[in-house]
Amino acid sequence: MSRLGVLRGAAFFATLVALPSFNLAHWVMNMAVFVLMFAVMSSAWNLVGGFAGYPSLGHAAFFGIGAYAVALWYKNHELTNAWHPFLALPLIALIAALVGLPIAMISMRTRADVFAIVTITVLFVAQTLAFNLRSITDGAQGLAIPPATFSVTTFERPFYYVLTVLLAFAMAITWASMRSKIGLALSSVRADEDKARGVGVHVTAVKLLAFCVSVGITAMVGAIWAYYESFIYPQFAIDPLITIAMVLMTFLGGRATLWGPVVGALVLETAQQVLAYQFGGSKIYLIAYALVFLLVMLLLPRGILPTIQDWLRQRRRRLATDNVPPPAANLPPAAVPAAHGGRA
Amino acid sequence: MTDLLIVENAVKSFGSLRAVDECSFTVAESSITALIGPNGSGKTTLFNVITGYLKPDAGRVSFNGRDVTGTDAGRLYRHGLSRTFQQARVFPQLSVQENLVVAGGYSLRQLFTRRVSRADREKAGALLEEFRLAPVADLLASELSYGQRKLLEFAAVLMSGPRLVLLDEPTAGVNPVMIETMERHIRERNTSGITFLIVEHDMNFVMRLCDPVIVLDRGKQIFAGHPTDVQSNPLVLDAYLGS
Repeated sequence: MSRLGVLRGAAFFATLVALPSFNLAHWVMNMAVFVLMFAVMSSAWNLVGGFAGYPSLGHAAFFGIGAYAVALWYKNHELTNAWHPFLALPLIALIAALVGLPIAMISMRTRADVFAIVTITVLFVAQTLAFNLRSITDGAQGLAIPPATFSVTTFERPFYYVLTVLLAFAMAITWASMRSKIGLALSSVRADEDKARGVGVHVTAVKLLAFCVSVGITAMVGAIWAYYESFIYPQFAIDPLITIAMVLMTFLGGRATLWGPVVGALVLETAQQVLAYQFGGSKIYLIAYALVFLLVMLLLPRGILPTIQDWLRQRRRRLATDNVPPPAANLPPAAVPAAHGGRA
Repeated sequence: MTDLLIVENAVKSFGSLRAVDECSFTVAESSITALIGPNGSGKTTLFNVITGYLKPDAGRVSFNGRDVTGTDAGRLYRHGLSRTFQQARVFPQLSVQENLVVAGGYSLRQLFTRRVSRADREKAGALLEEFRLAPVADLLASELSYGQRKLLEFAAVLMSGPRLVLLDEPTAGVNPVMIETMERHIRERNTSGITFLIVEHDMNFVMRLCDPVIVLDRGKQIFAGHPTDVQSNPLVLDAYLGS
């Protein structure tokens, strides 16, 4: 990683860690918790939808698996320590990844729009199961989870910090994959999967790996959400809007970039929460939310980060050509080095 | 010379069309064999069957003494059988250098190593020099001209040290200077031990470079022999010009 990249990451996470010490209002902290949740989930979705180019619409099913895993466990067990549910997160990720493996093996035989349809089917199957397996999930009545016994004044902080760690984890995985041959393989899959297979890329292995890691992280967020809300219903725990949010945030920030999903989550989730507070119970906030998205898509169609990168690159080129003495200006365009796409 | 590739009675149908019909031929080690035939004679389908992109309905493909019928294209590639496509297929959003590195034929474990290691850079660097692509190594492949993409695709399949390379119309849509360049690279690589099977419509190119020449018509082999004999063979003339 470049020195600038390290500094950027350090400054970002230092800000995140320091934020709660400003004694922000509960609604602000609540908003921060949700922004972090979506930043983690969008980063996770980006591994499959961004890097591998498989637009999964079924990720909310795994969010639900995480949520129900916590709820079902505490249906039969006492909550003796408020931190215990957090300790179970790696196990929940593992369960979701194992459930995700056969789903990926089947669904990833299809591509693009067909893959999107197959995965959204997975979402609705999971939701239908949550509604109808009443003996396990209590159906539409929902399941209660013992409320976390954290101090009321700083109730959001433990969730906030755990999500910060999870965001660091998701971004570290993204960064490591971009730096390794996994990232190279995923890029080749996104560009031309048949060709990638033909030049010996382990196409199936990298696709399954990306999917399982992605849904594992998503399930961890689902578990944290369920514990935070302390009551879950099928229609909210396995909600197509959650998937849509992950997709929109990743597209908005910039697919297949490290920071894109985080920026997307920051902009969209903040906008949504603020607008929801502003317009209260009326559904006008949904229209305003859509408007924010439309505006950005209209002005920055490739996503915020890639558009800014392009703009900076063009500006650099312009400056370079302005400063170059006349004879050297005849260099062919190939002589001007281009920054790589999708490497924010 | 031993036969590196043996195709025996290969059949591939698409509905009622038998694109490859009981086709048999061999490719001798260290040769530059041409596979020619009129449009629609089944050359590209045969390429797809040999390289594992399509499973044959019947018949056998052996490579390097092993039955590889229906083997996955990636595995064949890692075993030394690689190909290029009629329309140059490169990964547009990867750099030129990365296009070579990604084709290195790595093991599963190597997936967890650096994106472009020093060894990769050296290996790719040598090929980039050889193919005169070094000045554009850091450009995205999408920024290359069509001819350069053809060269890049060819260079990339050499990354894994193949024994047999199948080239699908290497000179199609390429300017005359680039055709000469391509020819030189094929000769040089052949001298260093790589066997070639080339589908090509440019007969001058085939006559200069290839021996033997195999002619396909309607999915069957109708001729195999020396390039000078092809032009006078009545079956071949009939296939191309009609009786």
